[in-house]
Amino acid sequence: MKWRPSRSSAWFRAARTTRGRVGLLLVGLVAAIALLGPLLTPDSPTALLGVPFARPGSGHLLGLEYVGRDTLARVLDGGIRILPLAAIATAAGVGLGAFFGISAGYRGGAYDEIVMRTLDVLLAVPQIILALLLVSLAGASPLLVGTAVVLIHAPQVARVARAATLRAAREDFVKYSQALSDPPLRIMLTDVLPNVSGPLLVESALRLTYSIGIIASLNFLGLGTRPPFPDWGAMINENRIGIGQNPWPVVVPVALVAVLTIGASLYADALSRATAGIELGAEGVLVAPVDEGGRDA
Amino acid sequence: MPDGLAVQVTDLVVEISATGTPVVSGVSLQLAVGQVLGLVGESGCGKTTLALALLGYARRGLRIRSGSVAIGGTDLLSLRGHELERLRGRLVSYVPQDPASALNPGRRVGIQLRETLTVHHSGLSAPEVRARLLGALADVGLARQESLLRRFPHQLSGGQQQRIAIAMALVNRPALIVMDEPTTGLDVTTQAHVLDTIREICRTQNAAVVYVSHDLAVVSSLANNVAVMYAGRMAESGPSAVVLRRPSHPYVTGLIRAVPDAAARHRLTGIPGQAPEPAARPSGCAFAPRCSLAIDICRTVDPPPVAVADGHLSWCHRAGQARVTSQDEADAASAAQPEADGPEPLLLVSNLNAWYGGTPVLAGVSIRIERGRCLAVVGESGSGKTTLARAIAGLHREHDGTVMLDGQPLGRSAPQRTDRQRRAVQYIFQNPYGSLNPRRTIRRILEQPLRHLPPGGQRDPLTRALDRVSLPATVLDRYPHQLSGGQRQRVAIARALILEPELLICDEVTSALDVSVQAVIMRLLDDLRQQGLSMLFVTHNLGLVPSIAQDVVVMASGQVVESGQAPAVLARPSSPETAALLAALPRLEAEGAAGRP
Repeated sequence: MKWRPSRSSAWFRAARTTRGRVGLLLVGLVAAIALLGPLLTPDSPTALLGVPFARPGSGHLLGLEYVGRDTLARVLDGGIRILPLAAIATAAGVGLGAFFGISAGYRGGAYDEIVMRTLDVLLAVPQIILALLLVSLAGASPLLVGTAVVLIHAPQVARVARAATLRAAREDFVKYSQALSDPPLRIMLTDVLPNVSGPLLVESALRLTYSIGIIASLNFLGLGTRPPFPDWGAMINENRIGIGQNPWPVVVPVALVAVLTIGASLYADALSRATAGIELGAEGVLVAPVDEGGRDA
Repeated sequence: MPDGLAVQVTDLVVEISATGTPVVSGVSLQLAVGQVLGLVGESGCGKTTLALALLGYARRGLRIRSGSVAIGGTDLLSLRGHELERLRGRLVSYVPQDPASALNPGRRVGIQLRETLTVHHSGLSAPEVRARLLGALADVGLARQESLLRRFPHQLSGGQQQRIAIAMALVNRPALIVMDEPTTGLDVTTQAHVLDTIREICRTQNAAVVYVSHDLAVVSSLANNVAVMYAGRMAESGPSAVVLRRPSHPYVTGLIRAVPDAAARHRLTGIPGQAPEPAARPSGCAFAPRCSLAIDICRTVDPPPVAVADGHLSWCHRAGQARVTSQDEADAASAAQPEADGPEPLLLVSNLNAWYGGTPVLAGVSIRIERGRCLAVVGESGSGKTTLARAIAGLHREHDGTVMLDGQPLGRSAPQRTDRQRRAVQYIFQNPYGSLNPRRTIRRILEQPLRHLPPGGQRDPLTRALDRVSLPATVLDRYPHQLSGGQRQRVAIARALILEPELLICDEVTSALDVSVQAVIMRLLDDLRQQGLSMLFVTHNLGLVPSIAQDVVVMASGQVVESGQAPAVLARPSSPETAALLAALPRLEAEGAAGRP
């Protein structure tokens, strides 16, 4: 117990557990493919090279896809259009949701009602309709796709954050800060936020997966990435019909998204355990060898 | 197994499955039919682990490695899976600490009780089931209260819930009932009723009871035999009248000196240090590092049981050499006692009414606290004592009436008070596990109030505050979960002291702590009072009053029913409520303990 914990230590502690290590490894793997992939493509991802759904072989490791382009090239080139957008949109959605959820849960009263009912309205609109509404207002673009994802995530994250906040705000250390008359914003940032970050982190990992799904469907409708450029979401949709002839154009993007999800969930789980102190001893409590008796000794 | 024995445990070892570290090592005990064995020890000593092993069960992460548990001639540990499940509840049953979490909140208690019976006796006819259920209700002192069965758990009082839980344990007529601190969450008067029920059951049902508790007074009033555990081993066992009167193990002696008693005015003595974690238990006698009598052999050789008298065993190399002294009483007599009736009290509360969302909780409460004195506010849960404390602290704004500090009126809630007033009144919460933000280091926790100090204050306030509560500066970089309960409560007290308060409000501050740690905290608080701090000490335990308070008010149903100087009130209670609280208080009838006659 020599090390001095610092603000960032939970991230490192999480990375030191098996769970966290495996999670980071999986996320890193997918991220590397997405970011470095465009530099490594064997063929042009947009060139027509043969018959649609040709099986692997003859220089095409994963065969060809629905119009006869190289699957491997499109997989390597397709991550960059979806991963950064998904990550940024998830972070923004979780941040916005956490802000509204925590402030509504902590302040309560009319503010709580107004915020949560407004978010309920947003929640009631089907996701695709919401996105189409935005398109009709502003025209199709990746920025718009990102905005739609943020608006889809925020209400749901807000609900999770609010529930966790209601629990945390009942704790005595919050009452202590209130008795000192600390400003509410400070109490929310220092007392509430660190103690609701566990459920928020787990939620973020799940939300990252949903983001990829949503971006993929919007791309499928032609609202994001424009053909002929590839992305993993669109590939899954485009190539469904040929899955009997050449499964790889569907299987590989699906596997990459799944691996990313599993990795992100594992790391988020390790992180929430590290912050909750669960991984410390059988009883969950690590008692430090400090003398109890003091002057009575 | 000899006749008349209900339970025989031999050489039981329970270990952490991942590391093989023993949590309970080599424990043997036996219990005759119709007897109560009190299993005593402080948190982390392995008593609950041992109790669960009596059901052939080990908590997640633990494993029963060896030994045998024979109940009514059946070796429980030789059974597996389904066979074991069939016997649990029929041969041996369990009453958990918290009945509210043991009963399913969504089902009527009658259905839950009937299920417990029919899962083991599927052949019973409806009238037979009914007769057994009513019989079980009668056994737990709820005769002719059949209507209770149609209620949901939340519609019952805590005492009723615990009796239903005991009835569930009883309904299959097991040979052994294991009770894990079943009265810890109850009021003293309710506790007295439940204890009566348990005595009655042992007498009439021929069931043996293992009663796990940290409360020596409760055990002494209930158990025929007592087994005291320390760090996973037996420390001392024997007839409770003998062990608790003439303990021969220094640990047991220390525990007895830490038990508060309403009848004796003395300062409580704690045991220095803390019990070791399973992985950090020393070689030799595990108690040696905290023992004032330890000699070389204690640190190297595991002590064998020494027969002090017939049936009285002590696992100590120096058995019988620890004596309970009366030194502490002299200590108390010399303690400074400032005079009451000063010209102006520090705190004057008059005609305070408080309510929760329209429901009145306090009606016309008036109290005064003189400088340098401690006022104890005593009452059962629901009497309004915590609401009173919170109203004074500015944490409960729904109140009216006047609260004057130093002649100045205090605002109803914290933001309505001046900085100086907020500093002057500091509040220590009941549960040190909830009052410290688990995500901040002790340093950051103690730095939080610094912002509210006027500029140009003391130098090095953190170390000074830690010093006043006898904590080393090394705790500064730890997180709350890395400290023991007693250490956390000291941190909470240190956090209050940083603001140099005039009035410290202590709300049941020791109720979450072990009795030996409680004694240490009580001494600390009394030392602070002698340094000039005034105190409002809220407690449900009248036994704590003599060791801290000069004045006392007793509350019931939101009103003050009695007030006066503590010794007078405790010796000659004038209200029936005080008398009832005193009568229900379990007493440790220990000869010569801390100088008590």
